[in-house]
Amino acid sequence: MNDLRLLARYLDISVRSQLEYRASFLMLSAGYLLITVIEFLSVWVLFDRFGNLQGWSLPEIAFFYGIINIAFALGESAARGFDLFSPVIKSGDFDRLLLRPRSTALQVAGQELTLRRVGRLLQGACVLGWSASALGLQWSPGQWLLLGWTLLGGTCLFYGLMVLQGTVCFWTTESLEFMNAFTNGGVFAAQYPFSIYRDWFRRFFTFGVPLACVSYYPALALQGRPDPLGTPALLHWLAPLVGLLFLALCLQVWHWGVRHYRSSGS
Amino acid sequence: MKAYAAILSAQFRTLLQYRGAALAGLFTQVFFGLVIVMVYEGFYRSTTTTPPLSLAQVVTYTWLGQAMLGLIPWNVDPEIRNLIRSGGVAYELLRPLDLYRLWFTRCLARRSAPTLLRALPMLALAYAFLGMQLPPSWTCLLLWLAANMGALFLSAAFTALLSTSLLWTISGEGINYLVICMIILGSGLQIPLPFYPDWLLPVLNLLPFRGLFDVPSRLYLGHIPPSQALPVLAHQFLWTLALIGFGRWVLARGLRRLEVQGG
Amino acid sequence: MPCILAENLVKTYRRSQRQPGVWGALRGLVHRQHQVLRALDHISFRIEPGELVGYIGPNGAGKSTTVKLLSGILVPDSGRCEVLGRVPWQDRIAHVARIGVVFGQRTQLWWDLPVIESFDLLRDIYKVPGPDYARRRDELVGVLELEPLLDVPVRQLSLGQRMRCDLAAALVHGPDLLFLDEPTIGLDALSKLAVRDFVRRLNQERGATVILTTHDMDDIEALCTRVLLIDGGRILLDDTVEGLRRQVSPERRLVLDLVEEEGDFGDPQVRLLRREGRRVELAFDPNQVPAPALISRLTARCAVRDLFVENPPIEETIAQLYRKNQG
Repeated sequence: MNDLRLLARYLDISVRSQLEYRASFLMLSAGYLLITVIEFLSVWVLFDRFGNLQGWSLPEIAFFYGIINIAFALGESAARGFDLFSPVIKSGDFDRLLLRPRSTALQVAGQELTLRRVGRLLQGACVLGWSASALGLQWSPGQWLLLGWTLLGGTCLFYGLMVLQGTVCFWTTESLEFMNAFTNGGVFAAQYPFSIYRDWFRRFFTFGVPLACVSYYPALALQGRPDPLGTPALLHWLAPLVGLLFLALCLQVWHWGVRHYRSSGS
Repeated sequence: MKAYAAILSAQFRTLLQYRGAALAGLFTQVFFGLVIVMVYEGFYRSTTTTPPLSLAQVVTYTWLGQAMLGLIPWNVDPEIRNLIRSGGVAYELLRPLDLYRLWFTRCLARRSAPTLLRALPMLALAYAFLGMQLPPSWTCLLLWLAANMGALFLSAAFTALLSTSLLWTISGEGINYLVICMIILGSGLQIPLPFYPDWLLPVLNLLPFRGLFDVPSRLYLGHIPPSQALPVLAHQFLWTLALIGFGRWVLARGLRRLEVQGG
Repeated sequence: MPCILAENLVKTYRRSQRQPGVWGALRGLVHRQHQVLRALDHISFRIEPGELVGYIGPNGAGKSTTVKLLSGILVPDSGRCEVLGRVPWQDRIAHVARIGVVFGQRTQLWWDLPVIESFDLLRDIYKVPGPDYARRRDELVGVLELEPLLDVPVRQLSLGQRMRCDLAAALVHGPDLLFLDEPTIGLDALSKLAVRDFVRRLNQERGATVILTTHDMDDIEALCTRVLLIDGGRILLDDTVEGLRRQVSPERRLVLDLVEEEGDFGDPQVRLLRREGRRVELAFDPNQVPAPALISRLTARCAVRDLFVENPPIEETIAQLYRKNQG
């Protein structure tokens, strides 16, 4: 069975076992949905008080909000295995993964596909839908393609961040909350347009952890508006590619981590 | 008192061990704080109306929020939860102690240690580099400290109440999320209370949550002037008493229910 | 061609040391001290196909490190090694596809799934062709009597049942080389016998090479033709079980059941070990006096109802070896 089909089999098992605990699953999802709704409510309150954010209106902000939350929900759900990697290393179960004739990344990825985040996914989609209608956007096939392309880039970015978080466990299991700053913190920051942030911050999130490339720039293209900072429109269309490249880079770092584990011993 | 000291010192020792985690936590908080501050800056730059707080005040308010996160009753006391889940609560009943007071003390200690450890470095950092301001007068500072003590007790009362509610439903997650939402909204952690729409303010001022964070912080800023400190502190105090009373009642009912069920 | 060829394998670990006290903790923030542990110090041995080798040694001797190296999990600091014709750590995926590993203390099966689903999943992971898998699975299920367990989730199995399932799981892909790490630990007597019997048949009937790491000396005596003793990262002994005994002491035991409680047992060529009522336990050196001669001498002297000759328990032999090495 080839790698992709094996991964799908793994994830199918994970999903089925989660659905077994239906009551608890529903409650957790509902609760999580509630929290994300509250999050957006706060944005609404601020706009109610201030009117606009440096020329950006609430529907425009909602657009960024929707995109990044959908990407985050997808990426984090799919990469849950890396999120839960710390106990695998601590217990020594990683050795068993090394004893199987498959890529370790594939095996870790297959540990779990979590459904709890479906609440965030739904909320993100609703916000995005509302924003698109409030802005009066036309959904041509090109637009749909760009949206899908953007979400793919975003999902890969967050997937990559989770892989990095798992990789850190090869060196230490203590400082994991550090990565949290970039995942949850990153989502929080990307809900607002990057043009409002200080230069160094924006540059970091364009060239370091390329959040802006999978939310801000392509969203500008989707909204059909130019960048207040003057970047060329072509870049906006190409930007999500950076998300995929980022994931590839993170997977390479994972392999370095595995190499370190195998030469330093457990 | 001894129980309090014992748990407190145990907490300190545990927390000191995990330096890496503590630093990582600090980093995360600085990050979030920076983003929030920049967003506010963006709003203030473009607004035409006069907001209820000045930008400098909002910045300070934000950093206070990051520092005092440990005070908030995010979750039920894990020890109590394990006790109830495992059925060990039956043994607690055998002890010649006031069970509520014991649990309350535990919750109090559990909030104190992390708060101190997280708050001090965060406040130092924020004041030195991140634009946090000192309070306008010594009176404000003292009122802030007093209100924090009140918030600590209020938070402990909340935690104790939430923990006792576990006697009724074992999976506490549903209640957990609901309470967290209310706390986020009502305490000012997400947005300073004065920013909420005017029609919502009377409700928020009535609810107990503002005593957790909004009241102490605005006393610090002088936004609630010292002359008006007494009513808000009384608000904190009365709600704390109410929650303690309610918590005691829930505990008594819950224990009786256990006895009837046979544990 | 040897199945396993190890030459001068060296593996050291670096452990950062936590310093005691608050001052130490603060200092530790700036300057980390490291401790260097030599787990393997120029280990060399050679194992032919079809051997059943016992790998013993005290805790921390380097047993699990060796197994991890041979199975490709770890990379050594220096030294050469070839397993089934390839270097284990260099081509990990190709290598692990041809070996089977069983850890006695940790199962490789999926905790919540029925046993048969774990087997099926392993078939997919190891890319075993359908007919081969069906044949092997049915054979293993038959020999290990797993039929009633197939639909049971692994978490509900007893330790003995789980071990049998783990053995089958390790063989689903038909490996020629098997590493067994403490396979009988914690098992009841019946399960131990079943496991031993299975391993013996696997080795004798199928010619599988088996490396058995264990603290259970009965396993060694029952199964192994050859024993490797490791301590402090060095191979101290590489011999048959008999050779092992002879190394330490050639002594044998003679146990007599007397008709009546006798008085004196003074004989220059025996050593009295224990005496309980009518049972007398003696030690003697068969090089000094062969067993038949000693028996006829003693039975001439006193009325003996029953007797038997045995080897000293192997734990004692091993313990003596450890002591000899440390001294």
